[in-house]
Amino acid sequence: MKILVCMKQVPSSEARIVVAGDGKAIDPTDVEMIVNPYDEYALEEALRIKEARGEGEGEVIVLSVGPEKVKEAIRSCLAMGADRGILVKDDAYLGGDGLGVARILADVIRTQEPDLVLCGKLSIDVENNCVGIAVAEFLGWPHVSLVNKLEWPEEKNAKATREIEGGREVIEFGLPAVVTAEKGLNEPRYASLKGIMQAKRKPIEEVTPSVAMPAAGVEIVSMAPPPERGGGQKFEGEPEDVVPQVVTLLKTEAKVL
Amino acid sequence: MAGRILVFAEQRDGKVRKSTFEALGRAAELGDEVHAVLVGSAVAQIAPMLGNYGAKVVHCAEDPSFELYSGEGYAAALSAAIDAAAPDLVLVIATAMGKDLAPRAAARKQLCMLSDCITLDEIGGAFEATKSMYGGQVFAKVRATGKPVLATLRPSAYPAPEPSSDTAAMESLSVAVSEVGAKVVEVLKQEEGALDVQEADVVVTGGRGLKSPENFHLIEELAGVLGGAVGASRAAVDAGWIDHAHQVGQTGKAISPKLYIAVGVSGAIQHLAGMRTAKCIVAVNKDADAPIFSIADYGIVGDLFKIMPVLTEEIRKARD
Repeated sequence: MKILVCMKQVPSSEARIVVAGDGKAIDPTDVEMIVNPYDEYALEEALRIKEARGEGEGEVIVLSVGPEKVKEAIRSCLAMGADRGILVKDDAYLGGDGLGVARILADVIRTQEPDLVLCGKLSIDVENNCVGIAVAEFLGWPHVSLVNKLEWPEEKNAKATREIEGGREVIEFGLPAVVTAEKGLNEPRYASLKGIMQAKRKPIEEVTPSVAMPAAGVEIVSMAPPPERGGGQKFEGEPEDVVPQVVTLLKTEAKVL
Repeated sequence: MAGRILVFAEQRDGKVRKSTFEALGRAAELGDEVHAVLVGSAVAQIAPMLGNYGAKVVHCAEDPSFELYSGEGYAAALSAAIDAAAPDLVLVIATAMGKDLAPRAAARKQLCMLSDCITLDEIGGAFEATKSMYGGQVFAKVRATGKPVLATLRPSAYPAPEPSSDTAAMESLSVAVSEVGAKVVEVLKQEEGALDVQEADVVVTGGRGLKSPENFHLIEELAGVLGGAVGASRAAVDAGWIDHAHQVGQTGKAISPKLYIAVGVSGAIQHLAGMRTAKCIVAVNKDADAPIFSIADYGIVGDLFKIMPVLTEEIRKARD
């Protein structure tokens, strides 16, 4: 099976984010860039599907959009076990307009003709939650989003589980299709030393899509740290003394009981 | 003033999701005329009551294949409603269903898309939203560069209006139904009556301080007294104490309940990102320097195992 994984390079979730002077972007100084964690779930699942189908079978391709630096993230994916990478090189790409990016990705995916496309449910930078699903629409393929369990009763027929409010949905689908990965789908592996060495020799192809990057449908007006929320009153002492005080305040002051 | 606004009214088993009323309320504030679209196997009988919350017209897409949700089927129905209503703005709630449906419909109808909006306004003729980015470390103002726009609204971002006695006119919507590629074959429900953290007015969350999964009964009891939902920190979920569905924070759910009680939760930045918009925050933690106290309205420092039984009993008495 040929599996294509869409990947975005994002600031580490551990990074302290500072808004840049112009108030429209983040300051990239000292911010470590990583493979979007949800895309790592997608890649891990792709590798497991390939491995389950036997030695020498199938291929896992990693596709990304962005500047030259994104090749570092693609290389990390190759070290985990992906076979090759494709970069739609765009130095100006900021990634705020999910639908525009989805159109570009879909255009490249058509040329690769994969059986299955896996994406993370969202990127942890702009948190739009839309690219994978929009890719499916542009390809005219079915999609299943927020998947935390994926099984293969038949070679090209899958059964996915996704979380919904108050329960789970079980979904059956055939290929080709797009699946977006939720936390819990798997535990991504660490790259082995051998994998890191092999990754250096794996190809990363630069491509130019046949469609121009569309005009952004969404622009960033401003960015700011979240609104301050000062600490309130703090109580220390015997529970029998302080708890009734707090409960009284919840009733009379906050009026939430 | 925005012209016409179309609200996707989310229903399962004939029950309209509460957040739909919030979206209708915000639509009535923003637009001249509010339409809604209902998709299901038999939904016509619930259409008129959407008028109680401000919808003038409800477009009903009924088909046996709409009994259970499907991304492709519902996107076709929503697209048909967009054609029928020709709105400036389409509002969808950012639930599991809404997040799945919205990008598909926006891509199909070539709309500008604003995701997971915490606020939504029309400024100088353009729709502008506030949204969380970078795990809640940044609040961004984003503007749609054109119209129509499809926006997903975070649950509890706006209050639901008081219902009026107005009713909505119903129009049936014809949708070309075709076989879908991804089909829901089963919906597995959690234990009866369990509330979802994103929809509950009160959420009581347990963290690493609980020490073991058995101690979650302390959280469940207080949530029960308050008629609220049980939440969990990432630490508690990663330890396998409770299902990910309960997780509040960056890799879980972002919520804005009226009352949030954090018990044994230190308050990592990723957790705060998911609950800082709660109206009132109470924290119980033995570490007086825990970051959760920096945003709590009422903090109780001490041993949660001694505090929780007293707190539950006092709140029970206060509510009697």
